[in-house]
Amino acid sequence: MKKIMSLVLALALVLSCASALAEGSVYYLNFKPEQDTQWQELAAAYTAETGVPVTVVTAASGNYETTLASEIEKSNPPTLFQVNGPVGLANWEDFCYDLSGSELYSHLKSDDFALIQDGKVMGIAYVIETYGIIANTALLEKAGYKASDITDFASLKAVADDIHARSAELGFDAFTSAGMDGSSDWRFKTHLANMPLYLEYKARGDFSQTATIEGTALDNYKNIWDLYITDSACNPAELSAKTGNDAVAEFVGEKAVFYQNGTWAWGDVSVLGAENLTMLPIYTGAEGEANQGLCTGTENYWCVNGEAKEEDIQATLGFLNWVITSDLGRKVVSQDMGFVAPFDTFTGEYASSNPLIQVADQYIADGKTSVNWCFPTMPSESWKDGVGTALTAYAAGTGDWNAVVSAFVDGWATEYALAH
Amino acid sequence: MGNYIKRYWPVFVLPTLAAFIIGFIWPFIWGTYLSFFSFKTLSKTTFVGFQNYIDLFGKANFGFTDALGRTVIFTAITSVLINVIAFFIALALTRKLKGSNVFRTVFFLPNLIGGIVLGFTWKTLLNGVLSGMNMELLALNATHGFWGLVILTCWQQIGYMMVIYIAGLQNVPGDILEAAAIDGATPLQTLVKIKLPMVMPSITICAFLTLTNSFKLFDQNLALTGGEPNGTSQLLALNIYKTFTEYPKFKGVAQAKAFVFFLMVVAISLIQLYFTKRKEVQQ
Repeated sequence: MKKIMSLVLALALVLSCASALAEGSVYYLNFKPEQDTQWQELAAAYTAETGVPVTVVTAASGNYETTLASEIEKSNPPTLFQVNGPVGLANWEDFCYDLSGSELYSHLKSDDFALIQDGKVMGIAYVIETYGIIANTALLEKAGYKASDITDFASLKAVADDIHARSAELGFDAFTSAGMDGSSDWRFKTHLANMPLYLEYKARGDFSQTATIEGTALDNYKNIWDLYITDSACNPAELSAKTGNDAVAEFVGEKAVFYQNGTWAWGDVSVLGAENLTMLPIYTGAEGEANQGLCTGTENYWCVNGEAKEEDIQATLGFLNWVITSDLGRKVVSQDMGFVAPFDTFTGEYASSNPLIQVADQYIADGKTSVNWCFPTMPSESWKDGVGTALTAYAAGTGDWNAVVSAFVDGWATEYALAH
Repeated sequence: MGNYIKRYWPVFVLPTLAAFIIGFIWPFIWGTYLSFFSFKTLSKTTFVGFQNYIDLFGKANFGFTDALGRTVIFTAITSVLINVIAFFIALALTRKLKGSNVFRTVFFLPNLIGGIVLGFTWKTLLNGVLSGMNMELLALNATHGFWGLVILTCWQQIGYMMVIYIAGLQNVPGDILEAAAIDGATPLQTLVKIKLPMVMPSITICAFLTLTNSFKLFDQNLALTGGEPNGTSQLLALNIYKTFTEYPKFKGVAQAKAFVFFLMVVAISLIQLYFTKRKEVQQ
C-alpha cells in the first residue's frame, strides 16, 4: 500500500512539474509587507483553481530594490515585480515586458496610471492612494471650529494658530510632531515636497521629469512647513528624533488635531472612529487653491519580467487578469487589502470601504482638482535626503531657509545629472 | 595522534576552507572583477576599465575622501582609548578584588549586543542627554555624531579587549613578579618593565582588533547617525554602502571603493602587526 501511495505521489509530482513546465508559473516579488497574507491567499486560490503555481515572496521593508536585484539574477527570476515610477523604472527598463497588448492594460481606466515609454507600456499602477491632512473633527469642534471653516491656507493658519495659542486650556495642539526620523521624514521630504513641485509643474504645464527646477513655489513650501513646526507641541529642535509612531500616538491619543498622512494610514487612526475623521487638502497659500483637492496618485506599478520564459510571462498575465476580474480577486484587493485599484472592473461592491478613501472620493465628486503625485519624478533618494536634512536644520534653527532652497534647486540639478 | 593529523588534515580543514572560499574568496574575486564594470544587475555588465576608479576620485566621490579622513581620525582616537582603558580595567580586575568576576561580566556584556541595536539605543540616550543640555541633537551636528560614535564604540569594545588583557596579565609568571618585588621594584617599574612586555602578544591582538573594527565600523554608524547631517558623520563603510544603494548607476564605483577600502584595511593591519610583533618577547 505504502509503495503504491509513494508511486502515486511521485507520479503526481512529476505530472505537476510537467504541467508547470507547459503552462508556466508565476513568481511575484511583492513590495508591500502589510499585504503579504492577502497575496498568499490569492496565490493559493489561483493555483487551486487553475493548477498554475504562484509563488509570492515579500521583500523586507526598505529592501525591495536590493532583493529584486539579487532575485532577478536567479534561474527562476520574479516574473512580476514593481517599480515606483519613472525614476525606479530607469533601473529596470531592460526587464520590462511591453504590456500594451495585455488584457490588464485594456481594463486600466486611464493612461495616467501607466508608465509609458516610447509607446511601450512598461508598468501599470495597481493601487491609487491619497494623502492630505487627516483631521480630527471632534477635537476641531471642541475648539469651536468645523472642517468646512478651512478652505485655504489663511483659514488653516488662523485655526491652527488659535488652537496652538489655546493648547494649554484645550489639552491638545494643532499639528502632530513633524518627525524627521527615518520612519517619518518621507512625509515631508517627499510627500510635502510634492506641493512646490506640483505647483511648479502646473505653472509650466508639463508634469514630466525635468533636468532642472526653479523652485518657483518654495515660498508655499515654507508657509506650510513653518505652520507644521510652529503650531505643534513638539520643540522644533527635537524633530530629528521624532518618529512616525510618535505622530500616530499624538494623533490617536487626541493630543493633536491635524496629522499629515494618507489613506494607507487608516489602520493606525481607525480607533478614533470614521465619524470623527476627515481629510483636508494641504493648503500652501498658492493661487486658486480654494479649488484644490487632496493629493492623489500612485507609486506602485506592476511590471512583468520580459526576460522570463515566454510561458511564465503568459502565466503571469493570466494571473493578473484573474486578480482584477474574478470575484475573489476583486474582493481581496478592494476589501481585504483596502486598495483603490484603477481598473474598470472595480465597481459597485468592489469599491473600497476605507473611510478615508470615501472622503477622498467626495472631494473629487465636489469638483475639486486633485493634486498629482509628482514626487516619483524626484531625481534620487539622495536629493530627498538633502532636502530632509535642510528642513530639519531649518526647524531646529541651526540652518536657514536658503539651505532648503539650495538643496531643492541646486540639489535637483546635481542629482539629475548624476542619475542620467 | 600526530600521524592522524598528518593523514587526515584535509578533513579538518575542509569545512572552514569551503566556508572561507564561498563566503570570502569567491565574492572577493567577483567583487574585484565587477569593479572594472558598469552594472545595475549582475548579468548585464559593461567593461569600463579603470573608469570606476577615476570616477571614485571625481564625479562619484560622494564624500569618500572626507569619509576617509574622518575614519582615520576616528580609528586613531578609538583604538587608543579602547586599549588604554581596557588595559587599566584589566589591571584593576586582576588584583584579588571582591566581586571582580561580576565586574568582568558587566564590562563584557555590551559586546553581546548587536551593532544596530546599540546604535538605536545610544541614539535615544544621547539625544535625551543633548536635549536636556539644550544642545543640538545628533542628526543636526556632525561633531556630536562623531563623539557619540566614539563613546558608543568604546563602550562596546572595551569589555572585549579587557578580557584579552586579563588573560595576558594572568599569564605573567608569578616567579618573575616575586623576584621583582624582592629586588625592590616599584609597582610602576613592574608594570612598565615586566607586565607590559609580557602582555605584548595581547596588545598585538587587541591593537589589530580595535584598528580593523574601527576602520570597518558600519552598523553602529548606520543606526546612530546614518551619516546625518548631509553625510558629514559617515565613515568609509557607510559611504560605500550609500553609494551602492542610492546610486544604481554607480554600483561599479561602489565596488571600486570597496576594493580600495580592502587594500587600506590590509595595509593598516600588516603595518600594525609588523610593529607590535617586533616588541613581543619570548618567555
